[in-house]
Amino acid sequence: MARPITITVNGDKHSLEVEPRLLLVHFIRERLRLTGTHIGCDTTHCGACTVLLDGVPVKSCTVLAVQADGRQVTTVESLAVGGLHPIQEGFKQEHGLQCGFCTPGMMMSSFALLQEKPDPTEDEIRWALSGNICRCTGYMNIVKSVRYAAQKMKAAAAVPVEAGARS
Amino acid sequence: MLPAAFEYASPGTLDEALALLDQHADDGKVLAGGQSLIPLLKLRLASPAFLVDINRIPDLDVLEERDGALVIGALVRHKTAERSSLLANRYAVLAEAAPQVADPLVRNRGTLAGSLAHADPSGDWGSVMLAVDAEFVLRSRSGSRTVKARDFFSGPFSTLLQPNEILTEIRIPARRGPTGGAYLKLERKVGDFATVGVAIQLQMDDGKVGTAGIALTAVGPQNIKATEAEAALKGQTLNDKVIKEAGQLAAKAAEPRADLRGSEAYKRNVVRIFTERGLKRAYERARGGG
Ligand SMILES: Cc1cc2nc3c(=O)[nH]c(=O)nc-3n(C[C@H](O)[C@H](O)[C@H](O)COP(=O)(O)OP(=O)(O)OC[C@H]3O[C@@H](n4cnc5c(N)ncnc54)[C@H](O)[C@@H]3O)c2cc1C
Ligand code: FES
Ligand code: FES
Repeated sequence: MARPITITVNGDKHSLEVEPRLLLVHFIRERLRLTGTHIGCDTTHCGACTVLLDGVPVKSCTVLAVQADGRQVTTVESLAVGGLHPIQEGFKQEHGLQCGFCTPGMMMSSFALLQEKPDPTEDEIRWALSGNICRCTGYMNIVKSVRYAAQKMKAAAAVPVEAGARS
Repeated sequence: MLPAAFEYASPGTLDEALALLDQHADDGKVLAGGQSLIPLLKLRLASPAFLVDINRIPDLDVLEERDGALVIGALVRHKTAERSSLLANRYAVLAEAAPQVADPLVRNRGTLAGSLAHADPSGDWGSVMLAVDAEFVLRSRSGSRTVKARDFFSGPFSTLLQPNEILTEIRIPARRGPTGGAYLKLERKVGDFATVGVAIQLQMDDGKVGTAGIALTAVGPQNIKATEAEAALKGQTLNDKVIKEAGQLAAKAAEPRADLRGSEAYKRNVVRIFTERGLKRAYERARGGG
């Protein structure tokens, strides 16, 4: 039986009726039409469907939408605000994608990592992304992309507030 | 993939959850981290009519030492164990196993208790719990009982849990004196289930082995407690000969099957080597206090 739930996605509240069996990824893609989040394996292995649930990266194909009732979901669409996010810029500059299928998940896991560890080592990046599988790149450039984003975000944080506001 | 339809409740108290499970004893299931159950629902290998989601029940996420025991609540996730300084400082075998379970995304949701209830013979926590001689508190509407890990597992994906029971707490004898542990796991790639895993726990007593716990992952129909190897170590000074013998006894206790991950002989050999290495590592930790 359908039941009402409210999920805040990228800052916007959405109140909808859903069946308990609806997966969070379907809620995001089909009900909200936010198709940045991908379905790769649909069997909890690839991480293409990674979103943040209350800030924590999870496989949205393996969470029920009703479980996110009253909670915050963050998807790849939240990254670009007025221009590319440093993580997106990193993937572009360092060729961190080929087919791009894994990229939204890679970016969300990277985002969570950089929130917690602004200056991660290569090992820390590889470890944090080890639930996200890429069949194209061989990962080298993904690691470089995250390093790029870390540098960029560090530089931005180092700019004094007024100067940052003016630029 | 969409699961078959089911009814769903996310009660705010344990009593409510237990009452719901009691009402739905024939067709209900507990939902914890969902990292094993939701894939099963999607593949329709399980189609319960009623899911009792325990994630909104407060206080089930305790991880602390209390009354002579390390207490791990039903909602302690793999990630919490991975990051716990209590485990890192005092319970090496748990701290070493946690980051080797699944991948970071699965660890963010999956729980230790859910993993034990699921009872996958390739699950890592089952061996850890057998090695440390854990016990599990199983609660139902009518009361609670405590079951030893060694009695809990009854076959592949089978345990003593009744359909109306929740595993609310894992209890592990609190660390005292020189104790050390280790968890060694061979996997084909990061995030994979074990080809072979070995959990070791050593309690030293006046320079000799007081008690030894050894348990094996993915080499039998359930996690195996290598009781002969454990018994052979008791009261011994840990020298190369004793360690070697324990390795051989552990390999004998394994019941591996050949599959894509390796032949029977190969897996048995890994058990032997991992037991030897694990004992050395655990012994170092017991002596160094780590
Ligand atoms: C890609 C992938 C890789 C994995 N790799 C590993 C690995 O390397 N090692 C490993 O050990 N595991 C691995 N797992 C399994 C993982 O550890 C699961 O998180 C765990 O097995 C289940 O815990 P859960 O909290 O998600 O339980 P759920 O999926 O919610 O439940 C699992 C079962 O246990 C029951 N249950 C859950 N909690 C309770 C409770 N408190 N009381 C009674 N019954 C309960 C449920 O009804 C269900 O039958 C992997 C999983 C995936 C998807
Ligand atoms: S689609 Fe969710 S893990 Fe692959
Ligand atoms: S870029 Fe193709 S899967 Fe990663």
